[in-house]
Amino acid sequence: MKKIYMDYSATTPVKQEVLDAMMPYFTENFGNASSIHAFGQDAKRALESARSTIAKTMGTTPETVYFTAGGSESDNWALKGVMRANKAKGNHLITTTFEHHGILHTCKALEKEGFEVTYLEVDAQGRISLEALEAAITEKTVMISIMFINNEIGTMQDIKSIGEIARKHKVIFHTDAVQAYGNVHIDVEALKIDLMSISSHKIYGPKGVGALYIRKGIKIQNLIEGGAQERNRRAGTENIAGIMGFAKAAELADANLEEHIERLSALRDRLAKGIIESVDYSRYNGHPTERHPGNVSVCFEFIEGEALLLSLNAKGIAGSSGSACTSGSLDPSHVLLAIGLPHEIAHGSLRLSIGDFTTEEDVDYAIEAIKEVVHKLRMMSPLYDRVLGGK
Amino acid sequence: MYTEKVMDHFMNPRNVGEIENADGVGEVGNVKCGDIMRIYIKVNGDIIEDVKFKTFGCGSAIAASSVATELIMGKTVEEALKLTNKQVVDELGGLPPVKIHCSVLAEQALKAAIYDYATKNDLHYEALKDFDPNEDHDHHDVVDIEF
Repeated sequence: MKKIYMDYSATTPVKQEVLDAMMPYFTENFGNASSIHAFGQDAKRALESARSTIAKTMGTTPETVYFTAGGSESDNWALKGVMRANKAKGNHLITTTFEHHGILHTCKALEKEGFEVTYLEVDAQGRISLEALEAAITEKTVMISIMFINNEIGTMQDIKSIGEIARKHKVIFHTDAVQAYGNVHIDVEALKIDLMSISSHKIYGPKGVGALYIRKGIKIQNLIEGGAQERNRRAGTENIAGIMGFAKAAELADANLEEHIERLSALRDRLAKGIIESVDYSRYNGHPTERHPGNVSVCFEFIEGEALLLSLNAKGIAGSSGSACTSGSLDPSHVLLAIGLPHEIAHGSLRLSIGDFTTEEDVDYAIEAIKEVVHKLRMMSPLYDRVLGGK
Repeated sequence: MYTEKVMDHFMNPRNVGEIENADGVGEVGNVKCGDIMRIYIKVNGDIIEDVKFKTFGCGSAIAASSVATELIMGKTVEEALKLTNKQVVDELGGLPPVKIHCSVLAEQALKAAIYDYATKNDLHYEALKDFDPNEDHDHHDVVDIEF
């Protein structure tokens, strides 16, 4: 049976070149970068070269890049670290209702500490209103945290304008760029980003590695206390092999970015068009153009997302859904509700995220499979025959 | 996450469809929660001669409907009323805790169909004494995280 992976936004396979770059750091060059002997100094050199590589891909200098254990840690550190360190300035943070849980749950934790959080709503395509953002800023506002690209519906924000508003009001701007990094052009200076979370395993690197970009001069408290690693800001013996993999993945992504965007966008549009045109009562979620090059998010009326995923899995296709049944809670995903979808439509959601190993053949196979599976489930659905009866 | 039996009933559901001029039709669940089950029965004498279902819902909701129809096919109405959600779960070889409500829904959908049949034919069953077909049966036993 065919096995087609269309869940690249969940995670990506490690590329062979990436794995090759990592291997020596498990066995021969295993040193602790804090040691002064040759083993340690080799590791230290590798670590610093990785830092330079990653800095270059985002238009910054190495001393602004701090390695972490992944996107969630970076998000936690950025928000908790900045809010706690800037209490003298204020206690207010602005974010959106449809952030990743790495941000939303951190905001909830900060509210328990006494901080105030404003959650901006997004429009039907998943974009915030710049006017509403500017209006939400008060004298007490320390920070704005708005995700670069949404993980479920793929919508990209107008990051440059958000950065300008933040800079104008002297508010610190953090963006969770876990889905964006390696998939769109990012220049932290040009976009006036002060902090940015990125992750390795979304860009064909290993899991368990990420980074936080912290612009020079930003006041931030430590999250992980301990040794003097990462210039005293993030304790813990560095995961050199992981970091070397991350750097290799970032280097490859950066070198092939134009081609990656062009190729994926074409496949994405083919997939979205194929689905929407061949299935009645379906809708394409997110922004039509300002979106992740590999994200296709759709909703099918009258059927439920988990049943859809299981049926597609039986045909070899791996996707994801924001239905309540897959989230393990009563409600469908907060992202789909945030863009104003009613529960019954959000239940029938499907996210297919494609990547570097997706082919045109895969896309065409997926369109056919979806057509069949949706039809089969609808023939079982008591909601669908009401519609047929009404025709 | 699901047993082979659940996957079998989900991928190859038994008794899917509708019965024209059914003697009883029951529908439970609501679209907001994401599960609706409708069961049709054809009764001859007091034997359930045919049963069909239509379900909007997740894999376990479809599998639970399928198994429930299989369990009552050819049974008397009285016997069918004894079907419990636990039997549905057991027959499926178990369901994950968050999916137990799907089996409850199947039991309730069947009761609703028999209730409809009983009402139309002015029949009274002890097992339906306290049954309210309009009650919201979709009790999810999942506790959402505090948010």
